[in-house]
Amino acid sequence: MKNYMYILVMALTTYFIRVIPLTLLRREITNRTFRSFLTYVPYVTLAVMTFPAILSITEEPWIAWVGFAAAMVLAYNRVSLFIVSLGCCALVLALQML
Amino acid sequence: MHRQTYLKGMRDGIPVMLGYFVVSITIGIAARGANLTAAQATVMSLTNLTSAGQFASFAIIAAGAPYLELLISQAVINLRYCLMSCALSQKVDRQMPFYHRLIMAFGITDEIFGLAIGQKGKLDPWYMYGAMSVAIPGWTLGTLLGILSTGMLPSSILNAMNMALYGMFIAIFMPAARDNRILLPIIFLSMGASAVFQMLPVFDFISSGMKIIILTLAISFGAAVLFPITEEESETGQQTAGEELGQQTTGEEIGKQAAGEEAGRKEIQP
Repeated sequence: MKNYMYILVMALTTYFIRVIPLTLLRREITNRTFRSFLTYVPYVTLAVMTFPAILSITEEPWIAWVGFAAAMVLAYNRVSLFIVSLGCCALVLALQML
Repeated sequence: MHRQTYLKGMRDGIPVMLGYFVVSITIGIAARGANLTAAQATVMSLTNLTSAGQFASFAIIAAGAPYLELLISQAVINLRYCLMSCALSQKVDRQMPFYHRLIMAFGITDEIFGLAIGQKGKLDPWYMYGAMSVAIPGWTLGTLLGILSTGMLPSSILNAMNMALYGMFIAIFMPAARDNRILLPIIFLSMGASAVFQMLPVFDFISSGMKIIILTLAISFGAAVLFPITEEESETGQQTAGEELGQQTTGEEIGKQAAGEEAGRKEIQP
């Protein structure tokens, strides 16, 4: 039951984040620092979540390192999301089979 | 008339549905680690529709952390949806009935936003509903399949699926680093700081969810003060969030289009 409370809290928080600007915002946010902050947050948070957690997904760390490096290079070169995702997945799968 | 827009949304949403289906299998697998039941994981995917948010929630739920910690972590991790919502608020017709805004908001994800913002002219909510009506079942059913299959899959496949999820995160934040020079060092700094937080035992008393919150707020605020972005850069930043659908050419077109509209709107404003 407690898990459903957690899910409810998450769902409401995420919905509020999505709905508030769309329903309330009539003009643009002008504060430059705040705009910059909002722009940086998504990148920082995803980077923090990815590293170093990504290194511990395989029993042998070097395989995870290779997958990580491949994903970084592919993504930097604007390879599409699904190809980056499936590509590093397939690479890691293959390296584990060695 | 709405019917055609709706069908177009569904058609455009099919690649998103396929991608969601694959990625949400990994979410389902990860949900098992937080001791969620199959029903709970499925309900979570249906009601939350957020890869990074759901993924981060598992550690928090497994630790039995306070609700407030979960709330703050979701608010911070999903702050990018807030940005997209801001952009969509400028893209819809002002005369559109209010309830449409309430429904559209639920479907704001990186990919659906990318489709919606790329539409010419004002956004018809029915286009988004079309995309949502295929993408959301893809996300939900993939999660269910993932959590049901955990016992049956060997660890090498589970590991590789986990990699797919991180690969997706990387594909969301890295492409923008090409356009905005300051982003690359900020990304590496974030990773480095995160590694330090992880390794030094001094920080062991902070939960993993809290670490994400603290690092995100501190680094983003520091970067905003030291390297405030210019108007132009902030626009590229917003659009790249929608670009990861992966159609590179359309991604650039979206950028140009949206930038053009932004400029147009500013002229109209008093």
